[in-house]
Amino acid sequence: MRTFSFASPLGVTLGLIAVTLFILPSADLAIIAIDPWTEMRRFGLGLLTPDFTHTGELIEAIALTLAFAFLGLVVSNVAGFFLSLVFQYRFIQVICAIIRSVHELFWALIFLQFFGLSPLTGLLAIGLPYSAIFAKVYAEIAEETPSPSAAMVDARAGPLNRYLYGRLPDLWPRFKTYSLYRLECGIRSSAVLGFVGLPTLGFYLETAFSEGKYSEVSALLILFYILIATIRTWVRLWTLPILGLGALVILPWGVVDIEASNVARFFTQDIVPSPLKQEGVGLAGLAPWFNHLFFEQIIPGAVATIQVTMLALVATGALAMIQFPWISPQFLGPVGRTAGHVGLVILRSTPEYLLAFLLLQFWGPSMLPAVVALALHNGAIIGHLVGRQTETITLRPDLPRRRTDLYFYEVMPRVYPQLLAFLFYRWEVIMRETAVFGMLGVATLGFYVDSAFAELRIDRAMVLIAATAILNIAIDQISRWLRSVARRSNDLTVSRPGLQLA
Amino acid sequence: MITPHADQLGRRLRQRLLTLASAFVVLGLSASVAVAETFVFTAIPDQDESRLKARFGKVSEYLAKELNVDVQYIPVKSYAAAVTAFRNNQVQLAWFGGLSGVRARLAVEGSRAIAQGEEDPYFHTYFIAHESVDLDASEEFPAAIAGRTFTFGSKGSTSGRLMPEFHIREQFGKAPDEVFSRVGFSGDHSRTIALVESGAYEIGAVNFKVWENEVALGDVDTSKVRVIWKTPPYPDYQWTIRGDVDERFGEGFSERVTAVLLGISDKEILDAFPRSKFVPAQNDDYKQILDVARQVDLLE
Repeated sequence: MRTFSFASPLGVTLGLIAVTLFILPSADLAIIAIDPWTEMRRFGLGLLTPDFTHTGELIEAIALTLAFAFLGLVVSNVAGFFLSLVFQYRFIQVICAIIRSVHELFWALIFLQFFGLSPLTGLLAIGLPYSAIFAKVYAEIAEETPSPSAAMVDARAGPLNRYLYGRLPDLWPRFKTYSLYRLECGIRSSAVLGFVGLPTLGFYLETAFSEGKYSEVSALLILFYILIATIRTWVRLWTLPILGLGALVILPWGVVDIEASNVARFFTQDIVPSPLKQEGVGLAGLAPWFNHLFFEQIIPGAVATIQVTMLALVATGALAMIQFPWISPQFLGPVGRTAGHVGLVILRSTPEYLLAFLLLQFWGPSMLPAVVALALHNGAIIGHLVGRQTETITLRPDLPRRRTDLYFYEVMPRVYPQLLAFLFYRWEVIMRETAVFGMLGVATLGFYVDSAFAELRIDRAMVLIAATAILNIAIDQISRWLRSVARRSNDLTVSRPGLQLA
Repeated sequence: MITPHADQLGRRLRQRLLTLASAFVVLGLSASVAVAETFVFTAIPDQDESRLKARFGKVSEYLAKELNVDVQYIPVKSYAAAVTAFRNNQVQLAWFGGLSGVRARLAVEGSRAIAQGEEDPYFHTYFIAHESVDLDASEEFPAAIAGRTFTFGSKGSTSGRLMPEFHIREQFGKAPDEVFSRVGFSGDHSRTIALVESGAYEIGAVNFKVWENEVALGDVDTSKVRVIWKTPPYPDYQWTIRGDVDERFGEGFSERVTAVLLGISDKEILDAFPRSKFVPAQNDDYKQILDVARQVDLLE
């Protein structure tokens, strides 16, 4: 008989159920719209009748989406690589953790304040957080990859040559795989940046959607999926210079000027708390200013953010359990699996923010669309990873004949600990995304960030963004602790989750 | 496996792409030289974007012709983005609402309100209600809307946020989220109308000009949504220009822009706003907005 542990799959599951039951009564999960289904039907019809007549605009939006993503990736890949070489320093780790904990959309809102709609805003919004991610992942890859080539390098070689000939050849293929995956994320991020005004896909999607032009939305989405699905055919070593050059050229550099005085103003005036700028108030005004912000905005925003995050986490796990059989050879034949793959790819490639935006238009700004959007997207990612894993497990020869028995008594017990581990890897990502959903009207921290920017109170916005970052880092620490306890108790066996979770 | 033929094809393709890319570079460089002194303007995104594009496309053409400079309109996604672009000198002229204009002029020293629609000094907000709400139109503030669901327009709007919030606070002595069972921000006036028409919100606050325009165009199902209250008048939209345009575009440029805007007589342009004509404006015309914004804590 085994002793009960909270880090066991059973303990974690019971914990999650308890948290859900605790949150559910106070969560705002209403469908606010009186008749959401008419509009959803119209949208469904629009999806089936894509309208490609506005091709000029569509192609421009797609090209710019790509350009931002591609250049952002180039910049962050190089910066992240060099950072990964010094990632053993605690200082670098902390800086990278802070940068990572702020969502691209928040970065974009910050850069918008002084670079305006210049392409630099989009490049940095993607490039900066991605650099921090690359630094961490590249450092982890380097740590885990053995180095057979190292022995073949002459002992007299200098450190640079030792690295180039003894180390890089072993790391290169994994760096390449990860970069391609990140580019996919970059295209999604770039598309979403349109929602704050950059000329990418999100800009046109938002416009077309709010005017009810669902057939145009459909055309945009189809182009987007094709772009992501074919990524491996058009990103090759020899296409890189062309893509880079093309991206540099099509970005609208000349449209707005960048002035150094705007940057200086941001750091010396905009972010200074307002009581310090008012005459006769000064330091004494700082405490009431912060208290107001803390109790009126940070606390309610953080509570809502945690509510949505936890509900989304549980829903993601539940959905992943339903979704992994779609691509599993234990449950479906080749035809069914192909359909399953297509379904999961579409859900995976649709940015959560976009899904939330769509559902919010139909149902209204409660927590429901946020939870459903997060669960659909993340569930598909985990479902995919778990489904792939079922391809390799060996089942006992006397299999139960009924599929439900197979599912519950054979496959599920073997994959469940892994599924939970994947889920906790996604926890931090889900939280970061939840905070940003506030910009769509859900009452999470992003709602207050958006309000602060709308009122041009940059000082408040920065404090609120810092609060989301702290919350995010805290959740990352808890998740890490849970996973390490689980690994030590050797119950929740955590295998490397594949690069797709980082 | 790559056959020699395919390899050759690939090389040819690569060569073509390279030629194309270099052509792009040349184009891009010449374009960036040409746009060096463009007069750029923006507007708050208070309505459907296709409407804005149609409206400001015409204005852009008109300004370019009359001022004899390159003119460009940059669409933005939020009221704050319009103000920020103006503040950063990335646009030199903007069509602002009352509140966004006040914010912009506080942020940019020397900037001036130069023209407004003839209707703008006496602007109104309409409170609109879904058919399921049993309320008659009234002269007095409809106090019975307390406890229902309510949507503003954009967070930074004068007619969709500032003025309705001011009257709600005056009436109830409480913040809107304490008065209503749910408070939302639709984003713009077109969406406010759509949300109340569909019943997503029971009550909404909307710019009276946008309402009347969309009703006249037949875009509103008036059996589903109707006006229940009209606020007292307040000053709203105006054209605001930066103080330093003369240094950049030549002596007397801001006076020329003012004259050109006031001189708009093309019915097509006026109808697109819709305004009957443009009249002079001054910064002091918006004092009331500044005071109200401070009172409801939307401005320090």
